[in-house]
Amino acid sequence: MPKKKKKNQTLNLYRYPSLCSINPSIHSPYFDFLALSVSPMASQQQLSSIKGAKVLMVGAGGIGCELLKTLALSGFEDIHTIDMDTIEVSNLNRQFLFRKSHVGQSKAKVAREAVLRFRPHISITPYHANVKDACFNVEFFKQFNVVLNGLDNLDARRHVNRLCLAADVPLIESGTTGFLGQVTVHIKGKTECYECQPKPAPKTYPVCTITSTPSKFVHCIVWAKELLFAKLFGDKNQENDLNVRSSDATRQSEHAEDVFERKKEEDIEQYGRRIYDHVFGYNIEVALSNEETWKHRNRPKPIYSRDVLPVELTQQNGNVDKNSVADDPSSVSAMASLGLKNPQDIWSLSENSRIFFEALKLFFVKREKEIGNLTFDKDDQLAVEFVTAAANIRAASFGIPLHSLFEAKGIAGNIVHAVATTNAIIAGLIVIEAIKVLQNDVNSYRMTYCLEHPSRKMLLMPVEPFEPNKSCYVCSETPLLLEVNTYCSKLRDFVEKIVKAKLGMSFPSIMHGSSLLYEVGDDLDEAMITNYAANLDKVLSELPSPVTGGTILTVDDLQQELSCSVTIKHREEFDEEKEPDGMVLSGWTQAPAKEDNNTSANNGESTSNTSQAVSLETMEVNEIQIVPTGAGSVSSGTKRKLSDMSDAADPDHSSVITETSSKEELQELDDDDGDDVVMIDDVNSDGSKKKRLQ
Amino acid sequence: MDGEELTEQETALYDRQIRVWGADAQRRLSKAHILVSGLKGTVVEFCKNIVLAGVGSLTLIDDRPVTKEALSANFLIDPDDNEFTGKSLAELCCDSLKDFNPMVRVSVENGDLSSFGVDFYDKFDVVVVSCCSITAKRLINEKCRKLPKRVAFYTVDCRDSCGEIFVDLQNYTYSKKKLDETIECQLQYPSFEDAIAVPWKSLPRRMSKLYFAMRVIEQFEEAEGRDPGQTSKDDLPKVLKLRKELFEAQSLNESLIPDSLLERLVSCTTEFPPVCAVIGGILGQEVIKAISGKGDPLKNFFFFDAMDGKGIIEDISKPDSGS
Repeated sequence: MPKKKKKNQTLNLYRYPSLCSINPSIHSPYFDFLALSVSPMASQQQLSSIKGAKVLMVGAGGIGCELLKTLALSGFEDIHTIDMDTIEVSNLNRQFLFRKSHVGQSKAKVAREAVLRFRPHISITPYHANVKDACFNVEFFKQFNVVLNGLDNLDARRHVNRLCLAADVPLIESGTTGFLGQVTVHIKGKTECYECQPKPAPKTYPVCTITSTPSKFVHCIVWAKELLFAKLFGDKNQENDLNVRSSDATRQSEHAEDVFERKKEEDIEQYGRRIYDHVFGYNIEVALSNEETWKHRNRPKPIYSRDVLPVELTQQNGNVDKNSVADDPSSVSAMASLGLKNPQDIWSLSENSRIFFEALKLFFVKREKEIGNLTFDKDDQLAVEFVTAAANIRAASFGIPLHSLFEAKGIAGNIVHAVATTNAIIAGLIVIEAIKVLQNDVNSYRMTYCLEHPSRKMLLMPVEPFEPNKSCYVCSETPLLLEVNTYCSKLRDFVEKIVKAKLGMSFPSIMHGSSLLYEVGDDLDEAMITNYAANLDKVLSELPSPVTGGTILTVDDLQQELSCSVTIKHREEFDEEKEPDGMVLSGWTQAPAKEDNNTSANNGESTSNTSQAVSLETMEVNEIQIVPTGAGSVSSGTKRKLSDMSDAADPDHSSVITETSSKEELQELDDDDGDDVVMIDDVNSDGSKKKRLQ
Repeated sequence: MDGEELTEQETALYDRQIRVWGADAQRRLSKAHILVSGLKGTVVEFCKNIVLAGVGSLTLIDDRPVTKEALSANFLIDPDDNEFTGKSLAELCCDSLKDFNPMVRVSVENGDLSSFGVDFYDKFDVVVVSCCSITAKRLINEKCRKLPKRVAFYTVDCRDSCGEIFVDLQNYTYSKKKLDETIECQLQYPSFEDAIAVPWKSLPRRMSKLYFAMRVIEQFEEAEGRDPGQTSKDDLPKVLKLRKELFEAQSLNESLIPDSLLERLVSCTTEFPPVCAVIGGILGQEVIKAISGKGDPLKNFFFFDAMDGKGIIEDISKPDSGS
């Protein structure tokens, strides 16, 4: 980009009105300066562009609190903020606008109150709502001069990106994980949109790895959370692969169905022992009987409750009464009744077993009404305890190192590392970009990366934004290609696995020529609803307007004002492990999820014939993507220098795995500074080897 | 560490950050005592960060009354609250900061920081000074260095869209992870006085211009007997003259600092809130690193200018004193 533009930039940037625009009664030195300035017009413009700007802040959490504060201090006077969340204790270490007394209240509303205390004369409009709600439509977005994202998940980010494109409003996007962060600017037609580069998919694991051949602790967590916990406490009608583990699985699962039901008159102790022995003992024995599986793997060891915990011990196990004060379900705790205090401790197999029995008992004694409706929640103490214990017992059986409750909670809850400082820095950088956007100072827009280790002496690294990707299906009208077996796949599969999961649409309609195959909306009449429901269950080739090879479908989202054209290509066979959807969408590539190295080599031999993948839900994803290396600070904006993108914020991994991905990223980076690759986030570094350098 | 465990309350509150720096670092933080002086926007940002992080105690020094200018980038004080008359900046900020984290002791110390004896600094692990003359920086840094224990010393200043951090960790040992190992590293820092005495000619050619500009302004304020940050556009001719003298003395070409940069720094001394957030955030991170002894700390200057968006680390120490 032309450097001669720099001079203008100087004039524009250094006269930020800050105080004067907030409270005219306060005399500001900026006024003195403006009066003297060489180019008063530019400054006045700048002043009025901030004062007159109407900005939308999506997310009032980690980045949001910092951003709202910095916007207010910088002189913004009309700020709208949307956040559906309520305040939790674990927010308080960084979301500084919130206090303990606010726990449970709306983030957007409390943030507003807090900021008005130091800037009483500005207008802040809070919405305690989901940004995907229909009321936040294109018309709503059009009223803003710029939209600032401080979100924690991919889904909402994509949604806001589309609305900003449809409303033609500039978007400033941000994310942080630990000490890493990024701010990017997205202007329709000028810079790439948020979706121009493929985003990494949430990590999924093949079912057989989870049910039969776990090799990492995360596999045990997924098993404990998605299968065992769901089976015992969740919706009984949901499909569950808990018993799929050997070639004769079908025969087993016939009667296995009742195993998890508590029998009438069955003592809770007996029930617990029966479940324990079934999942950790009997199931492992059955799996072991399939010799093929264990040819190249370590054989697991069946664990029976009588070997770990003598019967008399279970009887005097916990003291439920210790919990009796707590009628609040969230405070019921097996750790408390067993006197285990430190969540950082790694429990022995016998301690884990006691927690297992105690947690199971507490669910039945204290929270019986919820059984059948529970889903895992990282803030549900008892659920975390149960999942930790079950995962650890399974880990012990497979010779996988055990983990503390603290670590297990992080993995099970996809908890993203977060600190206040990075959020503050990122918020500052967002405001700097927002002011440039309001000035329409196109040549000085930057994407900025906040690094943990300097690259070319830089901790904060600005890079010129990239041009739009011409083959982006979101901001360009690029057709997509779908390979699918049109005689097997139903319209429902297409809607769920492609339109919703891959294309990220919330209110889709699907057209074949002029014939509507499917749509969602409040204004549909009975007949239409029935008709669409019937269509969902039909295979593609048997729809009223048959979808076969060569068919071109038009898929729209009315709210996002996004329209895609999907060309159908018929294909007979799909690889169950690699193409679990039974469909392949191309023309748009999703970045591959990180390989599960230890098991991938063996997966092929698996005897499992299931094709689904178990996924850890993505609860909080703060993505960090690329850190370009060759780009330096200012480079040609026409080409992406680092095609190799990596995702430091790998949400569904333990800290160990997050470290690995960051290392890869940083090794690429550190061209100046040798191979210094350090992560500060090591929880257990005391145990590791120490070596003196130099 | 000494095996003391974090309380249940601490574990719940600090959950997300313990996942970043570990329980051990969190324990060290909770025992650290920090002193800050000069409560402008950047330092206020820093205080917020460090109180949220859960340090043991934070002591504030700033006897100045609350002026309208002092409020420009300060979110700790309600501007419409006229009751602050009579209370110092430090006292008002203290009231607000206490609220941020009940587990941190926040207090105020009155007086002039540079008049305190060496013993005073013994109570602290980290000293951060801002809005401070060059003489005071030298003096306080020297006192910190006289103590048998290591007191980490930082200076921080923001002017216009620029910010500077200086770090002196003396002789510093820390651990970092390299692949699967934890390795121990050592760094030798120069004092503020020694760092700024390094001949400019011996510095790398691509040194951040801000470094030179800040030194010129520091010298100017000292020579004119100004309070730190008390300059205006009218001072520009004198500042430009001083630049010429200083560069001649260092046998360098004065064009190393563009006029426009000096003009900005001299004319617009009010802090720019987004820069306060950035500099206060970097400083917070560095102090956390220094306390926890984990991760590469920055050595020994950091510069940020919103104009180009770069946040740059410069190592300014005598070639033989560096590690």
